[in-house]
Formats: sequence, C-alpha cells, structure tokens
Amino acid sequence: MTDLLDIVANPAFWVAVLRIATPLIFGTLGVLLCERAGVLNLGIEGIMVAGAFTGWLAVFAGAPLWIGVGVAALTGMAFGLLHAWLTVGLALSQHVSGLGITLLATALSYFGYRVSFPKVNTPPTVTPFAPMDWLPIPVLNAQTSLTLFALLLVPLIGWLLYRTPLGLALRMVGENPAAAEGQGVSVGKTRTGAIVAGSALMGVAGSFLTLSAFNAFFFNMINGRGWICVALVVFASWRPGKALLGALLFAFFDALQLRLQQSGDALLPYQLYLMLPYLLSILALVLVARKASYPQALMKPYRKGER
Amino acid sequence: MRLERRHRSSAAALVLAPIGAVAFTMAVSALLVLWAGAPVGRTYALLLSGGFGSVFAWSETLTRAIPLILTGLAATVAFKARLFNIGAEGQLYAGAIAAIAVGGLHGGTGIELSPWLLFPLMMLAAAAAGALLLLGPALMKNKLGVDEVVTTLLFNFIVLLGVGALLDGWMKDPSAMGWPQSVALQSDLELGKLIAQTRVHTGLLWALSLAVMVWAIFKYTVLGFDIRAVGGNARAAAFAGVPVTRTVVLTALLSGALAGLAGAIEVAGRTSYVTLDMSPGYGYSGIVIAMLAGLHPLGVIAAGVFVAGVLVGADTMSRAVGVPTYIADVIVAASLIAVLVATLLTQYRVRFK
Repeated sequence: MTDLLDIVANPAFWVAVLRIATPLIFGTLGVLLCERAGVLNLGIEGIMVAGAFTGWLAVFAGAPLWIGVGVAALTGMAFGLLHAWLTVGLALSQHVSGLGITLLATALSYFGYRVSFPKVNTPPTVTPFAPMDWLPIPVLNAQTSLTLFALLLVPLIGWLLYRTPLGLALRMVGENPAAAEGQGVSVGKTRTGAIVAGSALMGVAGSFLTLSAFNAFFFNMINGRGWICVALVVFASWRPGKALLGALLFAFFDALQLRLQQSGDALLPYQLYLMLPYLLSILALVLVARKASYPQALMKPYRKGER
Repeated sequence: MRLERRHRSSAAALVLAPIGAVAFTMAVSALLVLWAGAPVGRTYALLLSGGFGSVFAWSETLTRAIPLILTGLAATVAFKARLFNIGAEGQLYAGAIAAIAVGGLHGGTGIELSPWLLFPLMMLAAAAAGALLLLGPALMKNKLGVDEVVTTLLFNFIVLLGVGALLDGWMKDPSAMGWPQSVALQSDLELGKLIAQTRVHTGLLWALSLAVMVWAIFKYTVLGFDIRAVGGNARAAAFAGVPVTRTVVLTALLSGALAGLAGAIEVAGRTSYVTLDMSPGYGYSGIVIAMLAGLHPLGVIAAGVFVAGVLVGADTMSRAVGVPTYIADVIVAASLIAVLVATLLTQYRVRFK
C-alpha cells in the first residue's frame, strides 16, 4: 500500500499520466465530433498510424515540427473524406467502412515506411518537441506544447458544440437528421465536415506519438489506442469535459500499471499488467451501458426521402 | 448526387462486382509499385505466378487459405446476424491455446489417451474456447447494449497478452531457448499432408466441409433463417416470434467456434506449437474475405484462396523486385472498400442532378 502512495506522490508519475493521456484526448475528441454528427469512425486506429507516420516523415524530411503536425492532420482529413464519402455519400455500413479505412491506412503507412527506409535496423529518429520549461506550472512544464494544445481543445470543442450555430447543427444531424434537414441544415455537408475535422484530430493524435512522446516511427506503435478512444467516448457520454476526465482516468491506470510492472517485486507476469487498460475499457463500457445516451442517429445512414 | 434503389440486380452484376472491384484495386495499387521504383508489369506477373503459377505456389496458397477460409466463415456467420465479430484474431489464438492444452501438455504425466479420443477432444476444446470468447461480447451487446465491435477488438489485445503470459509460463517450451513458444502438440495429433512434399494438410478438407456446413445451415435450417431474420431487422424478427437472444447466442457460438477451429487447425496442420506470430492478422483478413464473398459461405472459399494467393505471391514478388510485402495488405484492404462500393452499385443507381 505504501508503494502505491510512493508512486502517486511522485510528480514524475503525474507527468507520465498527462503524457499518456494526450493522444487519447486528441483521439477521443476526434471520435466525439464524428459520433455527435451520427457517424461511427472505426478508421481511428489506422488514421492514427497514418498520422504518426506522415507527420514524422515530414519532420524527418526537414519540415518544422508544427508543419509535421499539420501534415498528420491533413492525412487524417484525407482518410476522413474517404470515410465520409463511403458512409454519408453512399450510406454504406459505418462499421465495415471504418474497419476498411483502418486496414488501408495501416497498410499504406507500413508500405510507405518500408519504401522510404528499405533496409534499416534501428528506426531513424527526429528531434521531437521540447518540454515547455518556461511554464511556471509543475507537471505541465514537463510536457510539450502539443499537450497544452490538447488541453485547450477540450473547452474549445465544448464551446463549439454547445454555444455556436455550427455546433447545434452538428448535434442535430446526429440526433434527428430529418428535422435538421427541415431546418435547412444540410445533413451531408455537416456530417462530412464533422468526420473530416474529427479525423484531422485523430491524425494529430498519432503524430503526438512520433513527434513528442517518442522520436521515431515503429510498427504496432498505436497498439489499440484508437479502439480505446472509441470506448472512452461512450464512457464520456459524448461530452468533451467528461472525455478529458475519461482520458486522464485511463492514463492514470495505464501509468500505474507501468510503475507496478517496473517496481521489481511484481508478482504477476508483466502481460497481466498490460492487459489492465483494455480490461478497464471494457469495464467502463459495461458500467455506463445502462445509462448511455447514444446520439439518436448514430450508425443510421441518412438517405433523403427514405425512412 | 443521390442513390436510387434498383428494382432487381442482375446475377451477372453480383458476380462481376467483386471481380471489377479487385481489378480496380490492382490498377490503383500500380501507383504504389511505381513509387517503390519497380516495373508494374513484372511485379504483378511475379505476384500472380508466386501465388498461382506452379504446383508449389498453389500448395503454399492453399495452406495459407485454410485459416483464412475459417476466419472468413466466422465473420460471415456473425455479420449475417449483424453481430460484428471483429475478435476472430483473439478467438483463433484461444483455439490454438486450447488445442495445446488438450493435446500437448500431458507429456510425461503418465496419462495416456488414444489419439482417436484426444483428437476430437482437442477440436472440441478449440471450438469451445473460441465460442466462449465471443459469447461475452454477444451477451453484453444483447443484454446491455454495449457495442460488440469495441469489446471484441479489445479482447484481441487481452487474449494476445494472455497468450504471451502462457508462453512465458505454464505452456513454455523448455527447449526453445527463451524464444516465446509453447510446448509442441503431440505428434500423433498432427494433421496429415494432402500432397506429399508440400505443406498443404488435411485442414483444407476441414475448411471446405465447414464452408459447406455453414452454407447448408443458412439454406436448410431454421437457425439459418433466424440468423438472417435477426440480421435483417431484429425488432421485426422479435415480433414475428424469432427468439432473438437465443439466435444471437447461437450465432456467437458458431462464429467463435469457427475462428477457434482455425487456431487448432493451424497448430495441428502447420506450426505444431503456438507462437505470438502464428497469425499475421488472419482474424482481420477474415472480415475482408467475408465481404469480398458477399457473405456467401461458398464464396468465402474463392475469396479466401484469392487473398491467400495475394499474400503468398507478395512474398515471392518482394524477394525478386523489392516492393515491400505490405503491398499485399494494401491490395486486400483497398479491395474491401472497392467491393463495398461495387456491391452498392448493384443495388442502387447513382443519379447526378
């Protein structure tokens, strides 16, 4: 028990929590934007891989770090546009289209990496974002500016969703597209915009891993983080503030299992500690399942004039 | 742009849709071959001949097709009932572990069972392991409304970590020099070879008969009808007296069992032991195969052989012209998206106005 207290009392632990939470915040907000508009985006896992790769590749080729982040966002938008065309334009199954995008984006990234670096044993590296030493706030000053950006996005997206006409339109097409259409809101355009914007955030989530948390691109580096974001959005009842809370809570347990794993006197095989985040995600889904208020039109394609 | 439902789709269109989709994908993927700096014609020729060009190529393709047909069937059964089982990867590993647990662990313990008894036990255990793994997510979906896509996906990671722990612990092969590998399956439980001097094993017969069995279930049984009814419209099916929960549970058991058998058959036919890389994503490829086949159980055989051929051919091609093997994954994933669009076009007309 004292061990646990020692871990939690150490500021380095909280630095790790915030670092682990950052890509989840970007990813969760991305999923939230798509789902609030009524479209499931299972492309997230692959879009994160692609964002991690292209953002890193741009920086490796000499671009400034923020341009790298921009490239990752653009990559996400491209895949988002494809997903929007398939699910909104053609009204195809959101599940299958999203999975297809994950498979395609992952395969393309790995292919691109192998074409660019045919024979490397140690992955090439870039100089990642530096911590914000100048900030007088402990814990936060050990993070990079991308983390600050993620934290600022939470109120920004909250304001956008609940205080602007655009946000109202976005929520309407996710709840009752026919009514939204009656009010003169274009369901197709609003949904497409939401998917493209959400996918941009997913791309940025990936680039955080290669440009801030690490300095290289590895295969399997996303490792289910995208799926976890999909679970976190349900846990957060599709609200940005709760999404931040969920990401932090999740990161807390993830950091804790890492410390327990490293604490030497680990009693269990290390794989069981690594399982914890995935088990927790399932548990969270089960716990909120009964009171989850899904956006009413989630996963329901909208075809004008068809019921 | 808007979509207008066709009154009927022609039979030719239904067959041509996947073929056209694959052709389109190949054409687009040619750009990637050019990016890799290889001649397109030669690369595709090598890919084709590596997958289908010789007896050896066919034998490798069919060997690879065995688990793919089984995971493809697992996805087909589940998707027909709109149960989105994305967990075939984990179910495959669970089946493989169960096979070793029954058929590999009692060397030296003095328990001797006839292989005639042990073999069916091994297959049953593998089927049960896969089935039970999907039962949880299916019940969570049915009783609590938890989306099964996310839970089955997350279970894949949990199972793989669990397998890793077993390979380091209880099932560790002491002679594997620290390589994470399970103890080997008892040799009298291994599947025989179908063609001498190749790796094709009798698992192919299992895969083919199971495909016919699934087809027969959908064509001739009440369960098959119920599955399609639940997949079509669960509420309407419930009103019509279809036992929805029972159907979902049976669908999950059948789908999970098929994926679990894929694991056992891989162990008994090809690898003899479980490793963490025994499946390079067969569970996920199974979804693509099911969609390529238009969720038709017999179509799964053709789609499985096609995907296997692309994967095997890519290995040969990559060694010769240096285009990364990931081109195969790109082709498979892009085919999925292309076939979705092509199938839609057989059902709807696109009107621009």
